[in-house]
Amino acid sequence: MATPARAAGRAPVRFRRLALMDFRSYARAEVALDGRPVALFGPNGAGKTNLLEALSLLGPGRGLRSARLDELPRVGGAGGWAVSARLDVAGEERRLGVGAAASAPDRRICRIDETAAAGPAALAEHVRFLWLTPAQDRLFTDSPGERRRFLDRMALARNPAQARAAADYELAMRQRQRLLDERSRDEAWLAALETRMAEAGVALAAARRETASALAAAEIAAGDEDAGFPAADIALEGELEAALDAAPAAEVEEAFAERLRRNRAADAAAGRALIGPHRSDLLVTHRQKGTPARACSTGEQKALLIGLVLANARALALSARFRAGASAPLVLLLDEIAAHLDKDRRAALFDILDGLDFQVFMTGTDKSLFAAWGARAQGFAVEDGGLTETTLT
Amino acid sequence: MPTGKGQIGPELQRLIDLLAKLPGLGPRSAKRAALYLLKKREPVMRPLAYALAEAADKVAACSTCGNWDSIDPCAICADAERDGSVICVVQDVGDLWALERAGAHRGLYHVLGGLLSPLDGVGPDDLNIGRLVERARAESVKEVVLALPATVDGQSTAHYLSEHLAGCAVALTRLSQGVPVGGELDYLDEGTLAAAMKTRRPA
Repeated sequence: MATPARAAGRAPVRFRRLALMDFRSYARAEVALDGRPVALFGPNGAGKTNLLEALSLLGPGRGLRSARLDELPRVGGAGGWAVSARLDVAGEERRLGVGAAASAPDRRICRIDETAAAGPAALAEHVRFLWLTPAQDRLFTDSPGERRRFLDRMALARNPAQARAAADYELAMRQRQRLLDERSRDEAWLAALETRMAEAGVALAAARRETASALAAAEIAAGDEDAGFPAADIALEGELEAALDAAPAAEVEEAFAERLRRNRAADAAAGRALIGPHRSDLLVTHRQKGTPARACSTGEQKALLIGLVLANARALALSARFRAGASAPLVLLLDEIAAHLDKDRRAALFDILDGLDFQVFMTGTDKSLFAAWGARAQGFAVEDGGLTETTLT
Repeated sequence: MPTGKGQIGPELQRLIDLLAKLPGLGPRSAKRAALYLLKKREPVMRPLAYALAEAADKVAACSTCGNWDSIDPCAICADAERDGSVICVVQDVGDLWALERAGAHRGLYHVLGGLLSPLDGVGPDDLNIGRLVERARAESVKEVVLALPATVDGQSTAHYLSEHLAGCAVALTRLSQGVPVGGELDYLDEGTLAAAMKTRRPA
């Protein structure tokens, strides 16, 4: 099994303890973890995903359900909630905590080593989460927007500065559209906004290209070793992304600004910008079959998706930022991932996960799904808002 | 009996309502400020009232640069010691004060009074742009420095201005972005570091 992640200079992170209070379906729950991958199994609605969500909230953002803060406290609880964890980061203990007080339910509290953190972004310095949930199962058949967001999230993990380019592009585009809506003929003003769009848009497209090629490289590196997970060919469909193949960024910026200028009438009529990186798409093809992902079977799509997420995890582990210790260690959250996979693929997945140097949390409805993992993973039965440690064999 | 507006006299209520309109003050802090003023009637309240009236009567935007002052042209524009060949364009008077505090600029200023923002309904006519172009045409002016914020609105305003100043025989410059004085690289955000690297210069 290829284990490129072990070559990384960054020590892995291991969760040692996780405690929930009045969070979703949990009144109180506490688990001691020993650093092995974690398999959570139990019937639908038992609270498996809630646990993964609790973990994901220990990073920046709104967690794997993109939940609002008012959805998080347990119904029937006092209105406050807390998730805390002890982590082992390169031999040192870190304590992370998030939650909200009943008196101020709309203020998220973040604590690092028992002192108040400046904000959720500070958590990202200690641990970052990558996740795959059933909500992403339709990624290949959904609108391009979903795939773009998927790619942009990956790009963001590689390079946090990309968030700035995305926000700047969005704002400049909205400002320009407002001007067009008002039938403004102020040439210089429109040109000023189009120049901003071009600068930020090309930066955005360049970050996507970098991510896509890192993904493609990781896919190739994985090759046939990921038995059962079909290799994917990854391509970006987007004008700017394609133009960057042929010309330096400065030229692409100029050409894009010029295209925007010529498109003013059309964009005004359409009520939105018709060209630009906000229209790009991520194209994934089943390499062996040569079929586009959206035409593959449900199980095949799931396998492709898992392959992509694993490739992304590998690509991140190999990225310069990660190796330099500039980005926090990763934790992988895989929700209901085993459901669509046959026995061989599941076994192959466990092997791959063991080879990655990230701690992994997985859920599934049935204990037998994890049988092949055996003693290599720590199993928990999830039921009625509680967890019980169980062997997987 | 509930404590409503009825219990506060109309004069005091009016004072509170007006104070609450000040930036940084809300209804509660406005009440606190009003009570404080009443307690400090002679040392603070009357001098404040006088200062407000005087400022309202006498302070106006300089017809040349847009700076607030009681004389027109303002003290900066009238200062013969200053270098009239360089005009520094800023968003607001607060930015002018910041540059003055730093003593970084010995030339003149031009206050735009905001930034272009279609979403906020701020257009070129709302800003002090025409007068800037007029000033830049003067033969004595050699350089216009665009000291605008490094945001989308700041940069698109800068771009807009450079289009309009293209016809004037002046050098157009903008503030550079990068490592703060006394700053450690380790603590800089990625965007700033990238900008600093991009605009590096011979040592």
